[in-house]
Amino acid sequence: RALCPLVPSAPAALRALPPPVAVGVLHTTRPLHTTQQSLAPVPPLPEKGGEVRHGLIPEEFFQFLYPKTGVTGPYMLGTGLLLYLLSKEIYVVNHETAAAACILTVLVYAIKKFGPNVADFADKLNEEKMASALAMKNDTIQTLQTAIEEEKKEQWRAEGRSYLFDARRNNIAMLLEANYRERLLMVYNEVKKRLDYQVALQNLKRQKEQDHMIQWVEKSVVQSITPQQQKESIAKCILDLKALSKSAHAAV
Amino acid sequence: LPAAVLLKDTKLMDVKLGQLGSWLAMRDFTPGGILGAIRRGHERYYNKYINVKKGGLGGLSMVLAGYVILSYMWSYSHIKHDRRRKYH
Repeated sequence: RALCPLVPSAPAALRALPPPVAVGVLHTTRPLHTTQQSLAPVPPLPEKGGEVRHGLIPEEFFQFLYPKTGVTGPYMLGTGLLLYLLSKEIYVVNHETAAAACILTVLVYAIKKFGPNVADFADKLNEEKMASALAMKNDTIQTLQTAIEEEKKEQWRAEGRSYLFDARRNNIAMLLEANYRERLLMVYNEVKKRLDYQVALQNLKRQKEQDHMIQWVEKSVVQSITPQQQKESIAKCILDLKALSKSAHAAV
Repeated sequence: LPAAVLLKDTKLMDVKLGQLGSWLAMRDFTPGGILGAIRRGHERYYNKYINVKKGGLGGLSMVLAGYVILSYMWSYSHIKHDRRRKYH
């Protein structure tokens, strides 16, 4: 009711209908494609044609006369007809009759002798055509089957995508980790180098100060020894040495 | 009571002898109708004797025999003069 047509002048019957579905529905009033009728597969040809007796008269004629006259009926009819045509000369015996007789003899002899051979040859040709068509059909079916299997395999392969992505993710994570550690090592080495430099600098400074101090002290001491003191110390040393040597002599 | 079939729709073999005249009068003799009849007849003969897997000689020989008989009938007025007796 809320979707009734916007035209208020539409008749009430039209408004009372259910609202039309605009998409996905075929607007037909009769059902389509309800029967199985289709043009393929074509029904196969009949095996044998209609029966013909003596190559000239269809079998249906003999069946038609059978209930009334039995088996010999049509032959009697034929004989009677022939005699009637000859006696009344509706069929005239002239030179054409002789020619027809010769031709028919030869024709009948040839057909009786070579008929089966020709029939077999024609059958063989037909067989070959059928076999090639059948082979083509089977090949196509086989190809399509293979294609179906390949497709299924591809679908199965597509399911393994998640493993592939996991492996790739792992690889990338490892690369990032290795890169991070490499840089960490570099930072550590650089910092250590700088700190070592500072330490070496301090050591050097202290050593230099020590050396300088020692030298300075020695120099000042040496300088402070006046010549007078030097003489006195040397004399004292000599006296000491003499005393020592005396005591050493006495000890020995 | 068997269902009444119009005379128009009966086949030739089912027509009684007395109805033959009226049946013949009801047939379609327009050019289109004659063409349709020729086509129907040809299709019947073709599908019965020629369009089969193992066709025989009869299919072709019947056509030739019909041709022979028809040409004899058309040239009878000329062959009449080769008769051996005048009165039969």
